[in-house]
Amino acid sequence: MGRLEGKVAFITGAARGQGRSHALRLAQEGADIIAIDICEALSENTYPPATEEDLTETVRQVEALDRRIVATKADVRDFAQVKKAVDDGVAQLGRLDIVSANAGIGGTPHHSEDIPEDEWKNMIDINLSGVWRATKAAIPHLKAGGRGGSIILTSSDAGLFAYENISHYVSAKHGVVGLMRTLALELAPDFIRVNSVHPTTVNTLMVQNEGTYKLFRPDLENPTQDDFAAAATTMNALPIPWVEPIDISNAVLFFASDESRYVTGVPLAVDAGAAIK
Amino acid sequence: MAGQLEGKVAFITGAARGQGRSHAITLAKEGADIIAIDIASQIDSVPYPMANPDDLAETVKQVEALDRRIVATVADVRDRSALQAAFDKGVAELGLVQIVSANAGIAPMSQHPTAQEWQDVIDVNLSGVYHTVEVAKQQMIDGGKGGSIILTSSTAGLTGIGGNTPGGLGYTAAKHGVVGLMRAYANYLAQFSIRVNTVHPTGVKTPMVLNDAMQAFIQADPAMGQAMQNALPVDMVEPVDISNAVLWLASDAARYVTGTTLPVDAGFVNKR
Repeated sequence: MGRLEGKVAFITGAARGQGRSHALRLAQEGADIIAIDICEALSENTYPPATEEDLTETVRQVEALDRRIVATKADVRDFAQVKKAVDDGVAQLGRLDIVSANAGIGGTPHHSEDIPEDEWKNMIDINLSGVWRATKAAIPHLKAGGRGGSIILTSSDAGLFAYENISHYVSAKHGVVGLMRTLALELAPDFIRVNSVHPTTVNTLMVQNEGTYKLFRPDLENPTQDDFAAAATTMNALPIPWVEPIDISNAVLFFASDESRYVTGVPLAVDAGAAIK
Repeated sequence: MAGQLEGKVAFITGAARGQGRSHAITLAKEGADIIAIDIASQIDSVPYPMANPDDLAETVKQVEALDRRIVATVADVRDRSALQAAFDKGVAELGLVQIVSANAGIAPMSQHPTAQEWQDVIDVNLSGVYHTVEVAKQQMIDGGKGGSIILTSSTAGLTGIGGNTPGGLGYTAAKHGVVGLMRAYANYLAQFSIRVNTVHPTGVKTPMVLNDAMQAFIQADPAMGQAMQNALPVDMVEPVDISNAVLWLASDAARYVTGTTLPVDAGFVNKR
C-alpha cells in the first residue's frame, strides 16, 4: 500500500524537470495527479521551454503507473487559468490533499541595477505570485475536504541566502518563505500543513544550460558543463555538483505523507550542505 | 519489499524507552540492526524516574521480535570510555555503523531547582551528544560508505524557551549547542559523505515530559504554558513522529540532505 493511497496532488510546472519527477514519485505512492504547466517559451529564459509534448509525456508516465492524471496547459500568472485547472481536476478526481507549487523560472542574470523592469516583474509574477496563486486556487478545496492537507512550496537555497547577479530570483524565492510561514499559521487550525523545500542546483534543463554556466563561471568565455560542475561543487558541502530531481521529490513526498503529520512551517534545505558551508 | 535501511547498523543512545526506543523499533522495521545504549539509572538532579535496565531489556525484546539483531549495553553518554566500549562491542557483533541517533537527554526542571542541574544537563544533553559522535566518527570515516548522523535537539534549540532555572536555562543552552555541533560536523564530515542533521521536537509523549515534576514545572510558570502552545491543534506529538523524521534523514531518500535543522513541532517554532 502506497504512502499516499487515495489522495490527490496538484502540481504546477509538471511538464518536465522537478515537477514531472514529483508527479511520478507521488503517483508511485498511490496519488492521483492534477498537473499544470505553461508549456510556452518565456523570452528571458536562456533554456528551451517546456512543451505540450512534455506535459503529454508526464501524463503517459503517470498513467503507466496506473494512476489518474488531469493535465492542463495553464499559466501561473493567470489566476483564472489556475483556478479552472484545479476546479476541473478536483471535479474529475474527487478531492484534493496535496499541493506542490513547483513552477518557476531561472531568468537571466544581471547586476541588480541592470535588471530590466519587465524581467523583474515577470520573475516575481511567476516565482512568487505564481506560488501564491497555486495556493489560492487550492486552499478552498483543501478546507472543503475537512481532512487537513499538505502544501509544499518550492523555494531554493536562493530563498535562504544571497547569490550575486540574480536578485530578482533571490527576492522571489525569499518571498516564498514568507508566504510559507504565514500560510502555515493561517491553515494550522484546519490541519493543513505548509512547508518549503530549498534545493541547491538540480540536474534539470533550468540549470543545465549556457546561461547558468556563465552565471557560475563569469571567468570563462564559453564555459562547459564540466566547468560549471567544478564551480557548483565548491558551493556544496557534500562532494557533488548537483542533486537529482528525485532528491527533491523524496523531500516533497516526506512532507506530503503522514510521516510528517506534525511538521509545518519548516524550510527544508535539500542542498548537499550548501547552506551551512 | 526490502526495507529502507536493509543491511545497515544504527547506533542509538537513550534507547531504553521513549523516543530512543521508538527510533530503535522504527529503524529496525526498515531493516537496520541496532546498537543501543542507555544509562538505565538515575541522575540525582533529575526530578522524574529515569529509565532502568528492565526498560532497556524491553527495547531488546521488541527489536528482536522484528527479527533484527540488537546489542544493548548500559552506558552513560558522559563517560567517553564506557561509551566507546559499548560502541566497539556493537560494531564487533553487528558490523559497520552508518547511522547514529544521538538521542539521550534529560530535563532536570522542577519547582525546587538546584545548581547541579546546569552542569548535569550540559554534560548529558550537549557533551553527551559530542561524545556520541566522537566514538562513532572515525569508524564511519574509515568505513568509507558514508552515513547519516541525527542529533536530537528541541524547539528549545531554536527558541528561547526554558524558563529561569539552572536546569531550564541549561536545557535551552545545551539544545542550542547541539545545533552548532551539527553544523560544524556537517561541514567537516561532508567530504566523507557523512551527513549530519538535527531534529527539533515540540513536546513528545514520553516519560521525560509526562511526569508530575515536569507538569508542575510547566504549570507553575504561565509564560511556559503559553510557550508550549503548538500551531497545529495538537498538545503533543508521539515518539513515532520523531522516529519518522529520523528514519527519513537516515535513509537514502535524504542522501543529499545535510546541515539542516528539522523541526517536528506542530508549527511551534514558526508560530513565534
